[in-house]
Amino acid sequence: MITRIELAIKPEFNDMAAQHVLSGAKDLDIHSIEKVYAFNITYLLGDIIDDEKKHIAEHLLADKVTQDYSIDESIDRVGAKDHWSVEVTFNRGVTDMVAATALKGIHDLGIDSVTEAKTSRRYDIVGHLSDAEKQIIVEKLLMNKVIEHVLEPNETIFFPIMHDQFEQITVPLLNASDAELQKISKDRDLFLNLEEMKTIRDHYKGLDREPTDIELEMLAQTWSEHCSHKTLTGFVEFNGEVIDNVLKSTIFKATSELNKDWCVSVFEDNAGVIKFDDEYNICFKVETHNHPSAMEPYGGANTGIGGVIRDPMGTGLGAKPVINTDIFCFGPVDMKHSDLPKGVLHPKRVMQGVVSGVRDYGNRMGIPTTNGSIFFDERYLGNPLVYCGNVGIMPVDKCVKTIVPGDYVVVVGGRTGRDGIHGATASSGELHTESEGTWSGAVQIGNPIIEKKLVDTLLDARDKGLYRAITDCGAGGLSSAIGELAETTGAEIDLEKVPLKYHGLTYMEIWISEAQERMVIFCPPEKLQEALDVFESEDVEATVIGRTTNDKKIRLKYNGTVVGELDMHFLHKGLPKTVRKAEWKPEDIKESQFDVPQDAGDILQKILAAPNVCSKEWVIRQYDHEVQGGSVIKPLVGVENDGPGDASITRPRLDSNKAVILSNGLNPNYGLIDPYWMAASSIDEALRNIVAVGGSLEQAAILDNFCWGNTDKPDRLGGLVRAAQACYDMAKVFETPFISGKDSLNNEFQTETGESIAIPPTLLISAIAVMPDAAKAVSMDLKENGNLLYAVGTTYNELGGSHYLQVIGETSPNVPQVDAVKAKAIFKAMASATDAGLVRACHDCSEGGIAVALAEMAFAGGLGAEVSLADVPVTEALRDDVILFSESNSRFIVEVKPENQQAFEKMMADNAFAVIGKVTEGTALLIKNSDGQEMVHKNIADLKESWQQTLRW
Amino acid sequence: MNPRVIVLRAAGSNCDQETQFAFETAGAKADLVHVNRLLEGSVKLEDYQILAIPGGFTYGDDISAGKVLANQLKYKLQQVLQQFYNDDKLIIGICNGFQVLVKAGLLPVVELTAQQKVTLTDNDSGKFEDRWVHLDVNDGPCVFTQNMPNKVYFPVAHAEGKFVPDSDETLNELVKNKQVVFQYAAPNGGEVKYPMNPNGSVANIAGICDPAGRVLGLMPHPERHIEPSQHPQWTRLGMAEQGDGLILFENAVNYFK
Repeated sequence: MITRIELAIKPEFNDMAAQHVLSGAKDLDIHSIEKVYAFNITYLLGDIIDDEKKHIAEHLLADKVTQDYSIDESIDRVGAKDHWSVEVTFNRGVTDMVAATALKGIHDLGIDSVTEAKTSRRYDIVGHLSDAEKQIIVEKLLMNKVIEHVLEPNETIFFPIMHDQFEQITVPLLNASDAELQKISKDRDLFLNLEEMKTIRDHYKGLDREPTDIELEMLAQTWSEHCSHKTLTGFVEFNGEVIDNVLKSTIFKATSELNKDWCVSVFEDNAGVIKFDDEYNICFKVETHNHPSAMEPYGGANTGIGGVIRDPMGTGLGAKPVINTDIFCFGPVDMKHSDLPKGVLHPKRVMQGVVSGVRDYGNRMGIPTTNGSIFFDERYLGNPLVYCGNVGIMPVDKCVKTIVPGDYVVVVGGRTGRDGIHGATASSGELHTESEGTWSGAVQIGNPIIEKKLVDTLLDARDKGLYRAITDCGAGGLSSAIGELAETTGAEIDLEKVPLKYHGLTYMEIWISEAQERMVIFCPPEKLQEALDVFESEDVEATVIGRTTNDKKIRLKYNGTVVGELDMHFLHKGLPKTVRKAEWKPEDIKESQFDVPQDAGDILQKILAAPNVCSKEWVIRQYDHEVQGGSVIKPLVGVENDGPGDASITRPRLDSNKAVILSNGLNPNYGLIDPYWMAASSIDEALRNIVAVGGSLEQAAILDNFCWGNTDKPDRLGGLVRAAQACYDMAKVFETPFISGKDSLNNEFQTETGESIAIPPTLLISAIAVMPDAAKAVSMDLKENGNLLYAVGTTYNELGGSHYLQVIGETSPNVPQVDAVKAKAIFKAMASATDAGLVRACHDCSEGGIAVALAEMAFAGGLGAEVSLADVPVTEALRDDVILFSESNSRFIVEVKPENQQAFEKMMADNAFAVIGKVTEGTALLIKNSDGQEMVHKNIADLKESWQQTLRW
Repeated sequence: MNPRVIVLRAAGSNCDQETQFAFETAGAKADLVHVNRLLEGSVKLEDYQILAIPGGFTYGDDISAGKVLANQLKYKLQQVLQQFYNDDKLIIGICNGFQVLVKAGLLPVVELTAQQKVTLTDNDSGKFEDRWVHLDVNDGPCVFTQNMPNKVYFPVAHAEGKFVPDSDETLNELVKNKQVVFQYAAPNGGEVKYPMNPNGSVANIAGICDPAGRVLGLMPHPERHIEPSQHPQWTRLGMAEQGDGLILFENAVNYFK
């Protein structure tokens, strides 16, 4: 028996879901909708009597203060008016969290006869709509067809249990021709190239048998770009020189040469680990989840943050996640729908979905999101970038895994479903107009509460010493997790023991599913029962699925039959190294000729309003950035708590004043001119943000996340090599080791006409620094009338890629460079000055240069400023607009009390600095050019309004 | 004697550790206890003097905020909760905990079998928001706010915090009994508009207590303003001696001294 319970908001309350449809329709240029009514529906399977139905409706599902309910009948809000009704529900196999919770709640009420639940949403829409408009509304507003569909009348809601079917499949490879090998790779979505397929064929020739499907899949997953990073670890021929392993010869090399004693574990585990204090270490990892977010922004971003949280959880013996970060790149959100390429979601919808996805997961996990950034560019239309990062804290004696034969392999947390099949291999391919349809298997929806329970119980089990090793199930699922963790021993797994969301999965699907919220631990036999008890005590599912062995083979069984057996050495070391060609030559970018504007105030306002500069408060407020209580410098600062903080400061231990500073640097605009200086600038930016809030580089580490186009194309790869070389050069001088990194290649989108649009070369640098005393923190808002304003660092003629030129429509090849030796001296002097308490406010000069830095400091502090450009440190005479807007690196605007002038200047000696003006009472930002003429004269309220209005959604 | 606090966790609780820290800073001994331990009886509520239900998203807030945990309290722990209250003990629910208290029948009066009188529903802004709010602290019976300054500054972080009574009578009753403990306020007096009232709560209500003042529920997070460095403007104003929230926890502890 199926019961249907409908809920509707009472007419006197706001119906948020309905409003969302109304405003969304207007965004789509559909104005004929008069009214929308939204209903939440729960279907229940089981024999229940009317009283029970009523009990469930009244005491669980409905909030009787704000909602009406109806059992087995639809609520009628429309009356006689002509309307269109549509009901949307999840596709089969997609996580329906609300239904699962409802079922638990029903059982809590003592009603056990309900065995299944499913939810849907109904909309009654009043207004005259054409069929075409209806279709647009359904597809672009009411659902995402990747995970949802319109419920047809009489459609089956609950399906009978399917029986597991077993059919062992081998793939004939031994006698396959080259063409056949390529066809097999393509048909099975293995994304393996011919040389790799031949290597596999030859391996099986040696074994004198054909591979099984699961063996091939495991090889494809382990050898995928996503898991093996074969492009950057292979051979690259760049400018005639062959580089063996780009990563090893740049990023890893800097770290190993710097050899910092506070680096605990770098590039080995799921996250990079550094020392925090005598009792704890901290770890940091940043990942991307680009392709899934392009398909289903909410689910993609949701599982992106969910996935990266599991990295610190799977580092060492498990860290407690304490801070999230996220950085996004989207297409322009004001783009016309008619200008969108086919198969691409509108950037505004992508952004709203991504932000909601990160919000709902991060907030539910109780992890503060304290740092981030958003960048807009048309070339991200088909390939939005979603970077998610997580910092964890762990006791110093819980940082090492021990792998021994004979331990139990236990999968803990969520169940395995068909979700995310082929995520690892498919993310190595390009997106195309049909991706929405063909990719649905790779999209997943997260369930943060399962992950929260998982963290709570794992930390308990960790502290009790109940397991010896742990890792997360990410891309490649169990295959990747167990394949990597048991590399040195081997393991035997009984696939039928893996708990499933629903029946009908093949043994191969079980092994490579990327279902979320799963971790794998290796338990010593004598601790197994205690471990299982810990999980059970908080309703976390934990299941023994196998044991580690000592034969260095991974052996997969299904109900006793061996369905796959792979040699660990071949699996991990058998991937043939290919040589890729790389080349780079500078773009031919013209130096525009134009006059110095007399009045730059309006230009300043335009730059402040530019999407890449404007306030991101709409996003930031949706994230809980204070949960766990350790927040010291929040993402929004100043007299009205809405100015742009340079970096966040968080105390991960409430009983200590020691803190963690997080910041990032991202400059895709520069990447189009020269990826070398983009990388250098990003590193400088991330580090100067640390310094701006009162930190130092004494114990600062950085992470690299490369998102690039298709690196099979030599020009794309050449740019990447240049960026990696800059990473080495900068890290060496700044003495900031890389501790973790990740790359996402093939970010290209094929349009209908076959054109391939690559994203701009995009390197995210994330920085983390340990701050001994959080009380030394500095914020960027101006503090007091009469204080001195300093420009620290040299301004050069570097308008290339600047927001100034973007706003006035001009170009220049003069991309900002970094003099790392000078920069390091400045950072060191600034760190001493903040440590001595001499700095009242400090803001780095980045997008929009000195002008934007001053404007932001003024309106964040609610104070005015009077500044002259005449004294800004330069090395040659510069135009006033260059001084004002150049985005030269390694610079700060600093506020110092007059009585501290001498002490501050003594500390800054030998570096470029100058007093350029002072803080004023009142509301004017007044900037004079080198001749003493007013160049900017604006009210700070107007500047702030320009900065805030762009993304005030 | 220092009282013992049970900080009650469930799947999705996430402000439990800072709530524990706040109570311990105030001098209590605070334990984190999963609701399953009370349900199975391995931990007894009677061994504690203060019950704190912390913030979070219990069971994902999947049906409505706090509903599933509220039902566990209401249907499975009714008698022990009633006894706990009758024994002159204290209960506080913060954010999700407040949502739990009103849905379990522990606020506005402790009547676990009664029909729900007030609720916390979707913010008028339609989204989750984290921001600091100024609060008026009203005089009344509330144990937790005795001798508190009449203005405090706490953060809110929620999507379902709009306080709504089921009728004008309920609201009048709350006012008459001095059960309205915290109200969203303008920083310097004057009209209270969004975002000062961050969610559209009726009568700007941010927190209420039971008529006896021993059960308190509030949407803002006092446990996130224990230390001066948690204040969003400490770099402007200097470090205060302590955060505005600490006194609330100290009052609870001192009730048992």
